[in-house]
Amino acid sequence: MIKTDVVIIGAGPVGLFAVHQLGIKGLKAVVIDNLDKAGGQCIELYPDKPIYDIPAVPECTGKELTDRLLEQIKPFKTTLYLNERVEEVKSENGNWFVKTNNGNEFSTPNIIIAGGVGSFEPRKLALKNIEKFEGKSIFYAVKNKEEFKNKNICIFGGGDSALDWTLELSKFSNITLIHRRDEFRGAQHTLDAIKKLEGQGKISIKTPFQLEKIEGDDEVKSITIKDDNGKTEKIKTDIILSFFGLVMKLGPIAEWGLNMDKKTISVNPNNFETSKKGIFAAGDICNYEGKLKLILSGFHEVALASVECFKRARPNEKYRFEFTTSSKTIQDRLGKK
Amino acid sequence: MAKITFKDYQGNSRTIEVDNRLTVMEGAVQNEIPGIDADCGGSMACATCHVYVEESWFNKMPKAEDGEVDMIDMAFEPKKNSRLSCQITITDDLDGLVVTTPEKQS
Repeated sequence: MIKTDVVIIGAGPVGLFAVHQLGIKGLKAVVIDNLDKAGGQCIELYPDKPIYDIPAVPECTGKELTDRLLEQIKPFKTTLYLNERVEEVKSENGNWFVKTNNGNEFSTPNIIIAGGVGSFEPRKLALKNIEKFEGKSIFYAVKNKEEFKNKNICIFGGGDSALDWTLELSKFSNITLIHRRDEFRGAQHTLDAIKKLEGQGKISIKTPFQLEKIEGDDEVKSITIKDDNGKTEKIKTDIILSFFGLVMKLGPIAEWGLNMDKKTISVNPNNFETSKKGIFAAGDICNYEGKLKLILSGFHEVALASVECFKRARPNEKYRFEFTTSSKTIQDRLGKK
Repeated sequence: MAKITFKDYQGNSRTIEVDNRLTVMEGAVQNEIPGIDADCGGSMACATCHVYVEESWFNKMPKAEDGEVDMIDMAFEPKKNSRLSCQITITDDLDGLVVTTPEKQS
């Protein structure tokens, strides 16, 4: 069991800035995120798209914003628990007990939920009874290439993941690439390589087709694909790889007994506390009158939440408001002389 | 201002009035039309405001840009007449528009 002043759920821009606001007040935090890297939507949805409304930063991409925030919180040496999702939150002896799907356990007086629209999960194929094949014949990611050797593989999708894995797995397996329209979206050299392989008869490309049916009992035996005009085709298949990006799922947060408004958490806009003492919500996931889903609003929200976190984590100390420009204590915490 | 009709996959329908310059998605969210999630808030970063636009209207509208078409690849059961409702901006010309929401958004 790890003791900490604050558990932050979500390593997006708001979660990362929370580390800063807590850190300059002398509070220790940990950050938990389901993705394999920090940055949240900024890194997963628009790493290369420019953002124009961060104060004093006329233009930066999602990736640059994330990198700068990570730089800004470096002095606090915060542990990021990535690839982990918080499964359980319960009250225990006046503190909050937090448990992740990897079995990590935390005890803390404060939780800040900066979870955006929820955790990112692969978008699943939209057919009934698909679950029984998942992990056996249907995959949404390639973890170990060895398992994909010498098979008949159908790859669905039109983006980078689908194209890259078509190239890679075609070295030792029989690949059919299936996409709902004729255009693929990828780097030019990748598209050229795909065309070349198709020309050599090393891969088969089926467009514009979508998955219609899967045949097989325990394992996939074949699939039927269908085009816009209703024409169908049957393909012998051992493995289906589906690359339709990620979806955001609120997940277990909905079950923690917090007051919710649709998919958002209701908060008190004075300190961003939820309906439960010591649990805060900030960023896109929180909701109050006048809420704007902007990164800069999230920064404001965690600044205020961090004050309340201090009062709860240090009940015997008086909170003193200080400026970074003049406070020796803050400058020490930032490692400045 | 335009009257927009939303049909769901079961055939239930509701008509709302939406001001010019708002998007079809914003109109739906403000009027609590079920079946439009709009998780990303209209930044063309998800595909959960996906709608099917009635053919006659589909051809009249400005075409979807590349980024939108790429995103529609990720939508639940995309069809030829699929659009993201956050990318359809209301004008007087769209008065009477009919869209159908898919069975689910993800």
